[in-house]
Amino acid sequence: MTKEPSGPPVQYMKRTRNYYRALGYENDYQWAHHDDVPFTPLAKPVRDMTVALVTTAGPPDGSNRDARNRRQVWLGEVADVPKRLTTDLAWDKESTHTDDRETFLPIDAMNRLIEAGVVGGLARRFHGAATDYSQAKTLEHDAPEILRRLREDGADAAILTAF
Amino acid sequence: MPTVIIGSAKDIVEHCGVPRFVFSDFPLGNPCGHPWDTDMQTAIVKLALSVLESAVAPRTTVRAPFEWKPEDPEWRGRYNRVTDENRAQLLAIGDQRRRERGQAPRG
Repeated sequence: MTKEPSGPPVQYMKRTRNYYRALGYENDYQWAHHDDVPFTPLAKPVRDMTVALVTTAGPPDGSNRDARNRRQVWLGEVADVPKRLTTDLAWDKESTHTDDRETFLPIDAMNRLIEAGVVGGLARRFHGAATDYSQAKTLEHDAPEILRRLREDGADAAILTAF
Repeated sequence: MPTVIIGSAKDIVEHCGVPRFVFSDFPLGNPCGHPWDTDMQTAIVKLALSVLESAVAPRTTVRAPFEWKPEDPEWRGRYNRVTDENRAQLLAIGDQRRRERGQAPRG
């Protein structure tokens, strides 16, 4: 059922900027911005593709934290994914919950679409890149490492689900 | 690697610039659909796959055709809100964090 939006999209950048200024912080966060955005066309139809999932959730045991307590990229098997993942990130905890893992790591939805012939397959591993607020780390380490893992898995494309 | 993002912070994602983006106009936390609504979740992921295939240029945004729960019409104003009622409390929270880090309070 298609409906008209009930309001304009929330302006999260302005909302967050004002919130942190109210907390007393003076230096506004600078969100990532790229003038040039890469675009890779598909090499085959989606129905013939293996697609991987990448989430910003963390593992249930916090094992993606390094010695400096920084969140590192991690991975799991889609056939053996924990029911609950760590979602200690910035999301709207007053308005909703993250008890349903499918709302941010839609493995079951992908399997239904495979069954329906919409997509060829789901890569056997999913990947996690929990928000760590370092653009340099994301660009120089996390993204290249996840790309390497996606290629290792034989993924033709990836769906990234962000909290 | 062709990619598509499913997310709910439209301004942040578009400010960044991404190849393909499915915008779920929901509170942050459930980009792939309402909790436990498997039909909606399937539809949103199917839409993402469709955008993966149909997009011809970067910065392609498609809005998922769903609304948040009708019983919660106030959700848009909630996240990180600053009001006259909570402003002093927020400054106190910030001061506590600064004290914990050995920094001077602002209030």
